[in-house]
Amino acid sequence: MIEFKVVTFSHPTGVTALDHVSLSIADGETVAVVGENGAGKTTLVKHITGLLKPTTGAVLVDGDDTRQRTTAELSRKVGVAFQNPDHQLFSENVEEEIAFALRNFGFPPETVKQRVDWALNFFGLEEYRKSSPLTLSGGEKKRLTIACILSWDPGVVVLDEPTVGQDVIQKERLSETVRMLKSTGKTVIIVSHDIEFLWPMQPRVIVMSRGKIIADGPASDLMLEREVLASARVSQPQLVTLYQGLKKRPAQPFVHVHDARSWLASEANG
Amino acid sequence: MPRILSIQNFSFRYPGAQRLAVDSFDLEVDRSEIIILAGPSGCGKSTLLRSINGLIPHMYSGDYSGAVLMDGANVREESMRALAQKVGFLFQNPENQIFMFSVERDVAFGLENLGVPREEMRRRVDEAMAQLGITHLARRAPHELSDGQKQRVALAGVLAMQPGLVILDEPTSLLDPMTASELVELVDKIRRENGTTFIVVEHRLDLLVRIADRLVVMNSGKKVLDGSCWDVLTDERAEGYGLSVPAIVKLEKGLNYHDVGTSARIPTAAQLAEEVNSRTA
Repeated sequence: MIEFKVVTFSHPTGVTALDHVSLSIADGETVAVVGENGAGKTTLVKHITGLLKPTTGAVLVDGDDTRQRTTAELSRKVGVAFQNPDHQLFSENVEEEIAFALRNFGFPPETVKQRVDWALNFFGLEEYRKSSPLTLSGGEKKRLTIACILSWDPGVVVLDEPTVGQDVIQKERLSETVRMLKSTGKTVIIVSHDIEFLWPMQPRVIVMSRGKIIADGPASDLMLEREVLASARVSQPQLVTLYQGLKKRPAQPFVHVHDARSWLASEANG
Repeated sequence: MPRILSIQNFSFRYPGAQRLAVDSFDLEVDRSEIIILAGPSGCGKSTLLRSINGLIPHMYSGDYSGAVLMDGANVREESMRALAQKVGFLFQNPENQIFMFSVERDVAFGLENLGVPREEMRRRVDEAMAQLGITHLARRAPHELSDGQKQRVALAGVLAMQPGLVILDEPTSLLDPMTASELVELVDKIRRENGTTFIVVEHRLDLLVRIADRLVVMNSGKKVLDGSCWDVLTDERAEGYGLSVPAIVKLEKGLNYHDVGTSARIPTAAQLAEEVNSRTA
């Protein structure tokens, strides 16, 4: 369980990045955080890992106040793949990069090897095993950071803009990863501008604007609220715009292209 | 007048690499075209872009064959200084290319380096800032700006050099949906007003297909698809090459509502809804 209790965070410059944020995320939830550039989304997730501590209020992770815990302690529970992968890659080669945290957490060498092999294979990075992370493309670096955090199996996984630089095959792999994490009871928090990627997952959606949470609810409800989304500079998924534009439509919006196709085909045939 | 860009049977292999990064690539680009360059990670897009702005072969050595002609001149024989005035490059993350203490100094940076006379520089900086709607930010420190504003500052710096061709590397990937949409409209405006040609590398295609003339797809160093956005996105092979085919294109293709999506036009979700309404009324 993650709890934000009336959290305000101000930068030393005086800019308030989080403004009286209260929030509760239960174990096993899949949550998408959306909102304009500079809304405070990344600041919010940095509070979960303890990289930032609230100016006022408190953040609790599994009941632990993040102000009383080190980032190292919290990182065992919360794995974060940051927006810019260059901020967290530093090892000599890809294999070592994945093994780094596993060794630090004290996993036995056999487990380290097993998990490194799994991660390289799952994220299609096997051929770069001995390459320097710095030689990878932006999309590959991003996958490597996600592979690193999943390898130590934290209870909470935070993905900050995971689809940047990913082609459709890798995005599908990412969706599959999120489904897998969900089925194993992990809490997944995704910060993303990629609404088309988020929509089929039907997550709980938190909309942020200017440091505040302005809406919070299931995607199936919130994504219909065009004006609320627009006030946080978020657009609707294409299938939702289509759904709302139809004069005659089913009770629920289309989640997948095939839902829309079947419905429209049946309407066309009378 | 020669084509703005002509790539003729170009191949390149990095030192020590087993396979060609770009393999027998041909591409002809007309002035004022907007071209999306797509393909899976590692397909050779970055290498191709480096061969257009001259980083290959001037900064990266390797086996080079064929020719890349920029505005009629062979990139291999042009100086980097001359190429910098012909080809502009906007990085994915604007923070990689803005670093001065004020927006106007940042926009002027490239021109100062070329030794452009002061009055001419002032005029070009003012024009670029006005075109991108950032004149009011001239005295602000770039690091204080929003991501969308930073992107505009970086683009103004590129446009002040008055290049005929501008390369955009995933320009919308870090922007919120509405800021991304505004940037795409801005690119279309610059093309119309200045006649600038754009090559855009992008995975998020739903916005760009509204303004792009062509979609070129690479795979394993080769050009595998080249045509109008509609024709390429409805090609059976498109998703296999890693393209994010927008939901509306997939849907429209499956429904076969002839005329709604055509070679010249990709419908928006609202347009498709209207079409469905008129047919089921």
